[in-house]
Amino acid sequence: MTPVLSLRGATKRFGGLVAVDDLDFDVAEHDVVGLIGPNGSGKSTTLNLISGALQPTAGSIALNGSEIAGLPAQDIARRGIARTFQLVRPLASMTVLENVKAGAVFGHRRRWGRDAEAQAMRMLEKVGLSRRAQAPMGSLTYIDSKRVELARTLAGEPKVLLLDEWLAGLNPTELEQGIALIRSLRDEGRTIIIVEHVMDAIRSLCGRCVVMSSGAKIAEGTTEAVLSDPEVIRAYLGTDDA
Amino acid sequence: MTRPEVQSLSIGTVLFALAACLPFLSDAYLLSIGVTIAMYTVLATSWALFSGPTHYISLATAAFFGLGAYTTALGIEHLPYWLLLPIAGVLGAVLAALVGLATLRLSGVYFVIFTLGLAELVRQIITWGQNMSGTKGLYVLTAITEEHIYWQLTALAALVFLTGWLIARSRLGFAVRILGDDEEVARHVGIHTARVKVLLFMVPGAVAAITGAMLAPRYVYIEPAIAFTPMLSFQVVIMALLGGTGRLWGPIVGVIPFTFLWEAISGTFPNQTTLLLGLAFLAIVYLLPNGFTGLLEAARSRLKGAPA
Amino acid sequence: MDILFTGLLLGGTYALIALGLNLQYGMARVINLANGETLVAGGFGAYWFFTAQQVPPLLTVFLVAPLAFALNWLIYVVVLRPLVKRAKSRGRIEVDMILTTFGLSFVAVGLMLALFGGDYFSYSYLARPITLIGETYALNRVTAFLGAALLCVALWLWLYHSRTGMSVRAISVSPESAGLVGIDVPRLAALAFALGGAITAMGGALVSMFLTLDASTGVIFTLKALIIVIMGGVGDIRGTIVAALLLGVLETFVATVIDPGLTLASAYLLFILILLLRPQGLFGRSRT
Repeated sequence: MTPVLSLRGATKRFGGLVAVDDLDFDVAEHDVVGLIGPNGSGKSTTLNLISGALQPTAGSIALNGSEIAGLPAQDIARRGIARTFQLVRPLASMTVLENVKAGAVFGHRRRWGRDAEAQAMRMLEKVGLSRRAQAPMGSLTYIDSKRVELARTLAGEPKVLLLDEWLAGLNPTELEQGIALIRSLRDEGRTIIIVEHVMDAIRSLCGRCVVMSSGAKIAEGTTEAVLSDPEVIRAYLGTDDA
Repeated sequence: MTRPEVQSLSIGTVLFALAACLPFLSDAYLLSIGVTIAMYTVLATSWALFSGPTHYISLATAAFFGLGAYTTALGIEHLPYWLLLPIAGVLGAVLAALVGLATLRLSGVYFVIFTLGLAELVRQIITWGQNMSGTKGLYVLTAITEEHIYWQLTALAALVFLTGWLIARSRLGFAVRILGDDEEVARHVGIHTARVKVLLFMVPGAVAAITGAMLAPRYVYIEPAIAFTPMLSFQVVIMALLGGTGRLWGPIVGVIPFTFLWEAISGTFPNQTTLLLGLAFLAIVYLLPNGFTGLLEAARSRLKGAPA
Repeated sequence: MDILFTGLLLGGTYALIALGLNLQYGMARVINLANGETLVAGGFGAYWFFTAQQVPPLLTVFLVAPLAFALNWLIYVVVLRPLVKRAKSRGRIEVDMILTTFGLSFVAVGLMLALFGGDYFSYSYLARPITLIGETYALNRVTAFLGAALLCVALWLWLYHSRTGMSVRAISVSPESAGLVGIDVPRLAALAFALGGAITAMGGALVSMFLTLDASTGVIFTLKALIIVIMGGVGDIRGTIVAALLLGVLETFVATVIDPGLTLASAYLLFILILLLRPQGLFGRSRT
């Protein structure tokens, strides 16, 4: 079976700094893959390369076998990759419903009019915010605006979902709710890449993990195997012999 | 259509019908003020359609206006006047598209700088063209009266409002609201932001060019210094921002008082108009960041929020 | 050959003016659309001191500099800084700065019109020919160029070899990190803005030796300086100088060979090329 998303030799240089170094990995349909690694290991940059926020310096990124590396973000979004942002980015002048509608109108599967509104409502129900549909965006709490952003990415029915530290900054109760929400998405059979620091979430959500350190992949496999890999532990904790 | 939509549409129709009756008062001074107000309403409203949601300050109005005026001046000998208006519109839209393609991919600063000199650039090129061909100014001699110009402008204003209303209901209008809030998000939900901006910028480009074409007969004699007055661009920006760009009818709230103020100042202290422009800019930034309509809305929401 | 040298002479003064703007835009992060008015005011100063007090313009340069410095410092602290403080987003600051500096520019033009009237002003100083390598040039142009070149070198030395200059460059690269290493960012931004104004005013005094100015010509200089700064790269001293010389030569070429009325068109030609091919500036690395 061909993977939904596959990276081959994906590389990003900023001047002399190699942020992502010759990265290969595949994501199969219905897979939830964790992209983990210590701070500054290039996880978010990798997401930015996939979503088109940044252009790769070299290498290939393919969605269902067709090349998307170097395409502008809007074209990648239309082909079926949707993302959340590390720092939540609400559309401040709009209502909650309009925020979600943005994804329904311009995303991978495009709708308009009542159809788009109905789709946005369904997504708001999914994230548990349908009662706040008409509220102005500014009146929401932090976790609720993260929920809206998630609903916005879902509204276009993307083939692949990129979650960039979506659980960061939540308190323990919210975290539980957040994990349950992502689990429900997994159970619907969605294909998701998660960049996350919260290890409990990775353990309970991801079947497979890709571990990065200093821009390169250092391990890949089932979550359990990867998290007990000595090299991964060393990368996270640092070496003592320095 | 929903009920509030039908309501605002009928109110709009009545107001335009009333405005169209002004020439029947047969007062020459009122009519000339009416032409000025109608002209700035058209220019400022179409300006705000693009610059309001995108926050790209366009100073190109004078360039489009001059282009339109020259379309009439050069074409009146060869083509019927009614054909020149759409031609001017197309030329304006094309110029806007070219400017947009060069600058709208980049940050707002580049756009401001580019449009700031655009009128002067077109003026220099036309002057040069006239020097080469040995012509100076051009006479526009027609049977078109001040009343005709007023009615044309009023009709154009109605068209601009209709266009704005249709855009607001369209995907284009939704897209531009999103990118006005956050361009990065807009791109990532799948909006081709550069295309949206260029398309939308063609609207004020076309409208200002048509306005210029309509007003050419009023000037009778057209030369570059008359057709391309950079002041026009700044006045339009001030009027639109003074009124507020959050609503379709916002700019007109700025156009009317500023036109009277301008008439009064240029009548009594003709040398101080520049100073007035400067102070108006500062007043907008420091006192009226959301324009008169912003003040109204704030007052309304305070009333609503207050316990009854 | 003649065109090349005349162009370089003109470009040298452009370089000084654009450096002033670049200090304000690149270092203090204010896109100052009233920059051209500072220049015209400097020119007025030179004109007035020369015709009324017989002070030679080369000396006036040092008289207008502190005045412009103080005025620009005041404008930055009183008018512009509150905008930065109240703004919710970077985009809002940008729009506010553009509108405010436009406002200031119109106010300045209005005041100069009220004080000096709308006439062109020019005076005759060092207006005699000088022969260099077989060609004749106006002595005032050569003098202005030399003055501008000296000031450019002085500015460069200050920016690259003094502690304060280094800090000013640091805030242009990253105001956040500059603050972290103990640089007083607000004070230095004000300093850069004021210094930029002073340099532009000195440029104006030099330019007035050979160009005819009037109260409302400022905007053309603002425009050219902006185009030079964008072409050379925001915050890039070397780029600014190269771009200014390039514009000086191209403008002189167009004025001599095609038509003197098309100087702005030639600046726009460069501008469009830069926007389409290298929006990050001549030597800039693409920002990602």
